[in-house]
Amino acid sequence: MTHRAMTVLLRRVALAFILTAFFSFPCIAGENPPFIFGLLLVGPYNDHGWSQAHFEAGEYVQTKLPNCKMIYIDKVNPADRPGITITQLVDDMVEKRARFIIANSDDMKDGIREAAKLHPEIHFLHISGDDVLTAKAPPNLSNLMGRMEYGKMMAGFVAAMTSQTGKIGYLGPLINEETRRLAVSCYLGARHAWEKIRGKNPNDLVFQVNWIGFWFNIPGVTSDPTQVSQHFFDTGYDVVISGIDTTEAVVVAQQKRNQGKNVWAIPYDYVGACEAASQACLGVPYFNWGPHYSEFIQASMNKTWKQSWIWAGPDWKDINNKDTSAVGFQAGVVLPGPIKEKLQAFITQLGSNEINLFTGPLAYQDGTEFLKAGEVADDKKIWYMKQMLKGMAGQSSAK
Amino acid sequence: MKTDTVNSATKYRLQIKILLFIIALSLSFCTLLLIVAQIPPFSVYRHILQGAFGSWNKLIQVLNVWAPLTICATGLVYTFRVNLWNIGIEGQVIMGAVFATALLRINFLVSFPLLSLFMAMLAAICGGCFWSCITGYLKIKGGVNEIFVGLGMNFLSQGFLLWLIFGPWKRAGMASMSGTEVLSTSFWLPTFFEFKLAPIGIFLALVVIAVSLCLLQFTYFGLALKAVGGNPAAALVLGLQPNRYFLSAMLLCGALAGLVGYLQVTATYHRLIPAISSNYGYLAILVAMLANYRILPIPIIALFFASLNVGSIQLPMALQIDSSFGGIIQGALVLSALGLYAWHSQTLQRTRRRK
Repeated sequence: MTHRAMTVLLRRVALAFILTAFFSFPCIAGENPPFIFGLLLVGPYNDHGWSQAHFEAGEYVQTKLPNCKMIYIDKVNPADRPGITITQLVDDMVEKRARFIIANSDDMKDGIREAAKLHPEIHFLHISGDDVLTAKAPPNLSNLMGRMEYGKMMAGFVAAMTSQTGKIGYLGPLINEETRRLAVSCYLGARHAWEKIRGKNPNDLVFQVNWIGFWFNIPGVTSDPTQVSQHFFDTGYDVVISGIDTTEAVVVAQQKRNQGKNVWAIPYDYVGACEAASQACLGVPYFNWGPHYSEFIQASMNKTWKQSWIWAGPDWKDINNKDTSAVGFQAGVVLPGPIKEKLQAFITQLGSNEINLFTGPLAYQDGTEFLKAGEVADDKKIWYMKQMLKGMAGQSSAK
Repeated sequence: MKTDTVNSATKYRLQIKILLFIIALSLSFCTLLLIVAQIPPFSVYRHILQGAFGSWNKLIQVLNVWAPLTICATGLVYTFRVNLWNIGIEGQVIMGAVFATALLRINFLVSFPLLSLFMAMLAAICGGCFWSCITGYLKIKGGVNEIFVGLGMNFLSQGFLLWLIFGPWKRAGMASMSGTEVLSTSFWLPTFFEFKLAPIGIFLALVVIAVSLCLLQFTYFGLALKAVGGNPAAALVLGLQPNRYFLSAMLLCGALAGLVGYLQVTATYHRLIPAISSNYGYLAILVAMLANYRILPIPIIALFFASLNVGSIQLPMALQIDSSFGGIIQGALVLSALGLYAWHSQTLQRTRRRK
């Protein structure tokens, strides 16, 4: 190769290098930095309950939306993190370039609203709140909740279909609007199964709600959920539906079964909750936050964010579809085949709106009217129920 | 006189040595733990440090934890001085917060915010005193162990608090875990410009330290407390009435706990929440123990605890590590301290016996 040819070759290589560098530059520069979203979890990220369901939804978003990165802080509550406020944690996440922040608990209601006002350029999602409904939310804050009422109706349905004594216990947490409407949904599902499917007298169905006082056991402060469950089983109740965040009911049911009693329980919140005691578990109503997280985050990324209050229901085509359904019901392995079939029919009827259990006449516990004959409750009426329903036993409000 | 100075200098040098030993021991334990868990230890410590002191905002977060923790721990020195374990301090913080909120809910006081804030402080102090007085009274009159009564009173106050939040004081619309309705901003303790720091909290903590130091070191009352704590029977012979000093110590501690409840409501959360005490009472017991029941080391140890608490928030965010690691360092510190103090006092006794 002559000297000249070599020079030409070198020039061409250099040119190619420069051109490649030039054209690849926009690629490098244009390679978007990841869209960071923050997740504030009230409990530990691996609690097998409420917080883990949210944490796994965050992981789901990372797999579904490429270039999305989650940062999280767990145990965000004043007992675990003394003196730390939500606004401080949000400031911290914003410093780490988070552009979308999710707060997963009712506890964080005031804090996240304040933080949203301080950071109007960031989008916020508060789970289980109603600030958008009450018009307290700034425009960059939305609310999301799952329509667990359907899940609870299914739980009640399965309980009444299984019960041999006609006595169903409900292990309630604390009393507020949310927990009240969930207990009511259970009762409505149970009454429907008892009356319409089994053809029994609704007055013979005993539905007792016992509130322990909090979402989980605090020794000395709340009633002990283990003892409350034992008491239910020892006094003739053969199915206990749990409304609390931990799995005591199903664990006690398993112990009682081991002692030869024919009893069952239905836990709550997390799809894997039956694993603790599968032989006593009739099924579990659970939340699946992933799909809606993805939608909200996608909207924020595409700058199509719009403030909303979403009360997301199941995907009636397949309530256990991980990509589409916000609420599901995982039937237990011990649930007999015929009841499973009836449950499936019930789910189909609910989905097609053939039956709506929040239809009047329905009376509150003290006899006052909740819904007139034929009246169908709208979302607000259900969201803000004032009492439990007539036919349910137990306290309707903290006195 | 010169010997005295030399003695106290040696004593201080020994104290510093022990403190350094404690830190070295607990850090070695934690480092070993991290190595076993295959987590780079130095990046963990760096993130904790940056998380606590990396910016003005973070420093303010640390100080916001430091003030109530210091006040609680200082209060506990009074009760530890008379050999009482005031484990009920947690409930006293809660009752302080409840009394302060009760006062701030009175309608006709809305037009006098400063007066209300001051009266709420007095109410909170009374709340704390009232709650500690019950424990103290049962101790001196009924001979009931203050630890059992204190624990019972903690449960009682927690139950009472939850009942208030979900019952009579619930917010309009939906009773919420988020607590009672947020206080009007005129009832918030003033902060420095845009910083979320209420200087009154820091000021109160400094005053409490200074006053307690004087009271315990330089007054007859402080000496009497020490005498009663050392040997109640001998104190009685000397003409001191131990019961009176037991009750006084409990009341002082309760008052300071009530003050912390007041700060929690008016400076930090601006409402009553289910975990209003933030566990400062229990945490302060550890601080007081690490300080070997003396006032002077308390602000430093409280600062260390506060920075650990604030800094460990970075762990899940930056390294996806469980933030309980901060708690492990705290636990390791306390265990090392207790171990070393026990070893030190045994060595001292042995040396004395030999002499």
